[in-house]
Amino acid sequence: MNIEAKMDVGGIGAARYVGTRQPRKEDGRLLTGRGQFTDDVRVPGMLHVAYVRSAVARGRIVSIDLDAAREMPGVQAIYTQADLAAVPVSFQTFFFTPVEAPVTLLADGRVACVGDPIAMVVADSRALAEDAASLVEVTIEEEAPVVTIADARTGALVHPERDDNIAAEMGDEDTRLAIQPLLDASAHVVTTRVRHQRIAQSPMEGRACLASPEGTNEMTVWLGCQSPHLAARWIALVLGMPTEAIRVIAKDVGGGFGLKNIPWKEEMAVIAAAKLMRCPLKWIEDRFEALTASSHARDQDVTLSVGFDADARLTAAWCDYACNNGAWPMGEDANIAVHMFMWPCYKLPAYGFVTRGWYTNTMGLGAYRGPWAMESLVRETLLDKAARRIGVDPVELRRRNLIYLPDQPHTSTLGIPVEDITPGECLEKLVANVDFPAFRREQAEARKEGRYLGIGVATYIEPTGAAGSMAPMTGETVHLRIEPTGKVVAMLSTHSQGHGTATTMAQVIAEQLGVPYEDVAVYEGDSAIGAFSPGAAGSRQGVIAGGATWKAAQLLAEKIKVVAAHLSNASVETITIDGGMVHVAGAPEMSRPLREIAEIAYGEPGRLPPGLATGLEAQYRYQPPPMTMTSAAHCCMVEVDAETGFVRILRWISSKDCGTVINPGVVEGQIAGGLAQAIGQVLLEDMPYDARGNPLAATFKDYMLPTIFDVPDFEYLHASTPSQTIGGMRGVGEGGCIIGPPTLVNAIADALSPFGEIDELVLPLTPARILDVIEQRDVSGTRASEVVPVAEVTAPVEAAPVAQVSGIDGDWNMVLKTPMGPQAMVAHFDCDGDAVSGWLEAPEGRQAFAGGVLSGNQLKFEMKVEKPMKITLKYDLTFDGQTVSGKCKMGMFGSAKVTGERG
Amino acid sequence: MSEHRIDLTVNGHRHSARVEARTGLGEFLRDTLGYTGTHLACEHGVCGACTVLVDGVAMRSCLMLAVQADGAELTTVEGLAAPDGTLHPVQQALKDNFGLQCGFCTPGVAMTLAAVTRDHEGPGLEEALTKAMSGHLCRCTGYQGIRRAIRQLAGASA
Ligand code: FES
Ligand code: FES
Repeated sequence: MNIEAKMDVGGIGAARYVGTRQPRKEDGRLLTGRGQFTDDVRVPGMLHVAYVRSAVARGRIVSIDLDAAREMPGVQAIYTQADLAAVPVSFQTFFFTPVEAPVTLLADGRVACVGDPIAMVVADSRALAEDAASLVEVTIEEEAPVVTIADARTGALVHPERDDNIAAEMGDEDTRLAIQPLLDASAHVVTTRVRHQRIAQSPMEGRACLASPEGTNEMTVWLGCQSPHLAARWIALVLGMPTEAIRVIAKDVGGGFGLKNIPWKEEMAVIAAAKLMRCPLKWIEDRFEALTASSHARDQDVTLSVGFDADARLTAAWCDYACNNGAWPMGEDANIAVHMFMWPCYKLPAYGFVTRGWYTNTMGLGAYRGPWAMESLVRETLLDKAARRIGVDPVELRRRNLIYLPDQPHTSTLGIPVEDITPGECLEKLVANVDFPAFRREQAEARKEGRYLGIGVATYIEPTGAAGSMAPMTGETVHLRIEPTGKVVAMLSTHSQGHGTATTMAQVIAEQLGVPYEDVAVYEGDSAIGAFSPGAAGSRQGVIAGGATWKAAQLLAEKIKVVAAHLSNASVETITIDGGMVHVAGAPEMSRPLREIAEIAYGEPGRLPPGLATGLEAQYRYQPPPMTMTSAAHCCMVEVDAETGFVRILRWISSKDCGTVINPGVVEGQIAGGLAQAIGQVLLEDMPYDARGNPLAATFKDYMLPTIFDVPDFEYLHASTPSQTIGGMRGVGEGGCIIGPPTLVNAIADALSPFGEIDELVLPLTPARILDVIEQRDVSGTRASEVVPVAEVTAPVEAAPVAQVSGIDGDWNMVLKTPMGPQAMVAHFDCDGDAVSGWLEAPEGRQAFAGGVLSGNQLKFEMKVEKPMKITLKYDLTFDGQTVSGKCKMGMFGSAKVTGERG
Repeated sequence: MSEHRIDLTVNGHRHSARVEARTGLGEFLRDTLGYTGTHLACEHGVCGACTVLVDGVAMRSCLMLAVQADGAELTTVEGLAAPDGTLHPVQQALKDNFGLQCGFCTPGVAMTLAAVTRDHEGPGLEEALTKAMSGHLCRCTGYQGIRRAIRQLAGASA
């Protein structure tokens, strides 16, 4: 439902397509069963794969007995890691950096989580492969698993070769010393803890891979992915193959949501085995595997303390964030983005944090729609709690603290610059369109009857369309041409797992070129088409590919005009293109269809202006600004049944600024899909593990996705402030999943306020957990079942004996653990008494420093860098004979660990 | 493994095949006959993606064996549109209302809505269609476009 007048879509002259609800180009095939999903593809000679997986969470593999399985008719091969080791792999993160705990295709002597693939059966059919897999006998010497974050802090090492279970760590406990006095001096301090359950991303099509070797060293891979280009580059890197040897095709993919950013063990094992067997192999994940053995998401435990002055203005904040990475995360992650994006839309003077990712014996984490969404959840639920505590209206509390347009440009405490965000303006639009006082009256009346209504608001901003600061996050290329037939073809590296990019890109092209929408065909979904881009990752395609097509179409229109002007003996300014016809101002008789110009451009080069390239083609690669911010404010109204604890959502209104809206149907679809997932996260979905490390939601009966009855009709307000990109779009893919959870939690908390606070937010908010608040006792058993939180054991800092260092001069091989993965470098130090100078050298180059100070065995020095943004790196290193360790403060990225040894 | 010969009609085409007793109908339609429009998303009867019409009744093809369809007339999503390509009103309504994104759940949704629209008499079509959607999961759309499509269908029949 649209509760305001539709955008003005009328235009003068050329047909307007941007801003209109064009029917989707994808729908024709998808509605008639003619889509091409990976499992729909069959290749002659294709065999089928099934995996033998670990049924225990942790242990040593004593034996794998393949005899009975091998004897089954129809079984073509059974591989264990001993066989697949013949294909060397080096797994990478999404950022093209090495993963820290080396990943093998199949279990290598040990298993680290339930579902870990141990053996791979290849057979004539999927059913036979599964039969044989069930005959493989694996004996494992089971060990006590590390399941929770608390286990990880004190338990055995998940990866025995590592020092501890910390997968990634950022931030600085020391900053707490600076923040605590500010909190102590604040009129109010509000603390909240959020425990986010583990999520199974659950695209309706599970993972899927069909690898078909071609020629001597080439491979075509049909893959459920989010970008064929990124997948091809990643596969080539992991296998050490030339990129051009891998072609990835993914015409239709049944949802990705971050899970399919990169392939993982199973898909890579299929590719490796296809290489070994030299025949096409297909693996289609079933739902049991998808739920229990695909990468999961979230699983965080976060505590945030925020200070307010007497006027409810923010003074300072401190956050302790922990995340259960599982055994084989698709990239060790302390989720630095949570901290980067927690405060840029609020006036917060001081922020400090420590953030850690922990290895455990559970399935590894991958990405999921708005991976950093916790920042909005913990902040916005805390703000509402603070509003109740301080006694101000939640909207008013936000008004006092939000960044409005006149406050910009503004730089957040952690150094994030914002210059065109509109969270405050979105909130005002929301307040202007939703009658809050009327709802409060209704709420008061309802309470008298024992009915509990609640209203929640949340505001946020979201970084979208990132490009240029992380290896995979690049610009987009479009190759656009008018065929000799006059029809338009665009070749793009976009990818739709439901995004409708063929539709939105065609709308931009049709409008900018002046041709009918029906005449534009968009080809995508194949790494052989277009140039590198990460496809659907980080709400970027509408922004960046939209900008690229916008500009390419303009360039092509210019060329058409030059040709038409030449043919008509007119000046270029007099030419217009509209509805596929080329017109000359003041000479209607000279109008001609684009097809005629195209025929000449291709077939009669002699009639073209001298020197002009033949054909009608344009290519453009768009490099947008590094980040484009999207803002929104949402509001939701609920009724909580005090008897049963059930939540009914009455209304949900989104006020979102995503700049230029190419297709409101597509944009609203993205918002709605994200909001439905948000509702799932808050009320329904859960992938719990038992104490032995078994994932407990193995079917869609246990893992509850929202149904049509759980999701209300969403209402939309579009506040369209064009961004600074070509076309003015802002990304919209992830937002609903980020702002949705706090909006709903706030509404529930408001409804429950007569009973008490949700002291600690444990998701999902099941009816039993809501009854915990209503009845003020542990109805759900959440507290009873809780392991007493073990205070974090920080290794006792022993006063290191200040050994006289034998001199640190010379080269040291050091590793800096950055948020984008470990960065290896060579450090060179020259001492002159206590004064130290030298240089650091990484693959990107060498940079010198001076002014370092050595005291005892401790060296401190600073270095200014420009990339990925201007920050000063402050190194604090301690030398111990042949080794060095310490940390590097990296501005807003917090602190990173440094380790190293003499070179 | 026992094998059985079955004869059935799919979208008006006659097929005969030998199938193992254990082969699921959805698997058979997809892998043996090539009707890949039918999608298997859970294979345990919850998501509804695999829904086809068996003698006119909407059935979950993951919960039925191919041998049970011996002698039956089936309609899959490939057979929903008119022979000239005109979309079935359900397909058209889903298209008009952005009722799909990735399209993986869509074939099942379309078959269920088609069966209910055809069988329903009298008022209350919107409720009947919505209720039937309780047997379908869609991870992409938040059901917004599906609900609008249902209203369009109910409006058209009213
Ligand atoms: S595949 Fe049949 S109901 Fe899910
Ligand atoms: S459209 Fe993707 S699951 Fe429904």
